[in-house]
Amino acid sequence: MPKVIYVSAKGEAREIEVPVGTTVMAAALKNGIDGIVAECGGVCMCSTCHVFVDENFFRLLPPAQDTEEAVLEIAAVERQPTSRLSCQIKMTEALDGLLVRLPEKQR
Amino acid sequence: MGAGTVIIGTGQAGFQTAASLREQGYQEPITLIGEEPHIPYQRPPLSKGFQLGEQDFESFELRPEKFYQDHRIELIRGKRAAAIARAAKQVTLASGEQIPYEKLVLAVGARNRLLPVRGAELDGVLYLRTHDEALALKERLASAREIVVIGGGFIGLEVASVARTMGKRVTVLEALPRLMSRAVAPVVSEIYERLHTSKRVKVVCGAAVSEIPGASGRAHRVLLADGAAFRADLALVGIGVVPNVELAREAGLRVSNGIAVNEFLQTEDPCIFAIGDCAEHPCVFAGSRVRLESVQNTAEQAQCVAATIAGRQNPYRALPWFWTDQYDVKLQMAGISQGHDQIVMRGKPESLKFSVFYFREGLLAAIDSINRPVDHMMGRRLIAAGIPVSPEEAADESVDLKLLAHKGTQNGVHPPA
Repeated sequence: MPKVIYVSAKGEAREIEVPVGTTVMAAALKNGIDGIVAECGGVCMCSTCHVFVDENFFRLLPPAQDTEEAVLEIAAVERQPTSRLSCQIKMTEALDGLLVRLPEKQR
Repeated sequence: MGAGTVIIGTGQAGFQTAASLREQGYQEPITLIGEEPHIPYQRPPLSKGFQLGEQDFESFELRPEKFYQDHRIELIRGKRAAAIARAAKQVTLASGEQIPYEKLVLAVGARNRLLPVRGAELDGVLYLRTHDEALALKERLASAREIVVIGGGFIGLEVASVARTMGKRVTVLEALPRLMSRAVAPVVSEIYERLHTSKRVKVVCGAAVSEIPGASGRAHRVLLADGAAFRADLALVGIGVVPNVELAREAGLRVSNGIAVNEFLQTEDPCIFAIGDCAEHPCVFAGSRVRLESVQNTAEQAQCVAATIAGRQNPYRALPWFWTDQYDVKLQMAGISQGHDQIVMRGKPESLKFSVFYFREGLLAAIDSINRPVDHMMGRRLIAAGIPVSPEEAADESVDLKLLAHKGTQNGVHPPA
């Protein structure tokens, strides 16, 4: 099963196995990763599942839709070039080893 | 260690209060009590992805069961709180147990408003608020052919769109002259009526349902006062909710259109708070006291109350927002449009890509955006920060709302007091 590495704002890393098709947000909640809030449940209405994607993986992701782009604008920690909403990242085999850094706060 | 915080209600409000208390470093015991047998879950998917089979129940549990143990949150399910003894600071459950509290949070939600007509109790007449109701609806939808939705609000229209997507014959009966009339401007109602009609949903506004005739205990038709009849093997009633105020009222707390709270979401008993669908609070963005039913209101009130209990008291000042998904059209709402005196549009309604800007006394009060997510998100910033936007700027598509929002934030404009 492909793995995702979540790195907290303090730099602590946790590696989680994530089934293909599951979002990076859902896997975080299920595995008790603090720092992903997902207030709206994954429908691009809030920005509380914001992550910074490692550059090497960022280019493997399908580009963000308009809705996600708009939501990133209101993130609690200002967006960076590799910012994404983790509710919009679905796990694939190609993303095995995906590294995401969590912002200091989500709201 | 003291009695800590007791939270009544295991909806998103109750869950979020408990989670935020721990996030805030609160160390005292937390007890979360609810009537439902399930662990806390999100309600929005119940009328959307869950019905279409896109999401299963596990995917919308707010957190897995382990979360509650890990965060020392005692989760008591399937129990009803029957009374609050304020002097003794105790909650009595219907099962007889007594639970002491230092702080009590009422996150007791609301219940379905029942359809007051003959036949409403028949098999085949369904409501939708809880997991179990959603499951019943899903099971019935699979075999039903003719669906009558009573109530043209958000829930009713979302179910109509789901049922139509599944190929069912669907009729929507709305008592008022237009759809979603309590929430949106006539132009938005019109567009949604056209949208549903274009999908071959029969929409009847001004429809006074008078009876649901049936045979052998099963609903067969829905009758209107004017004699019109609609065949139905499933009738879904979505005519709003009634806030659960009884527990508070019986404890002598003030109740209006909800449990009355101040800007700190506190009742007149300083140890008791009320949040979410059950609470009526003073809202700076409405300029009045309101009771809101939304994820935003629930989650942010929960965080606010948790901060207060954890010792960092803050007035509740979050901007209301809301969304509804029908077919592939997303309606996003920011602010409170109630009491507006001017409306301008950005984009063309026929294109199904437009926003309605609502002004109250010259100030931007709310925005409804249809398939225009940038307008919505920037609108949230503009309204929350009180950044001035003129009706002319709002209507002019060459004015970049993003730029306006950024400039305004830099100029240090402050939200309404």
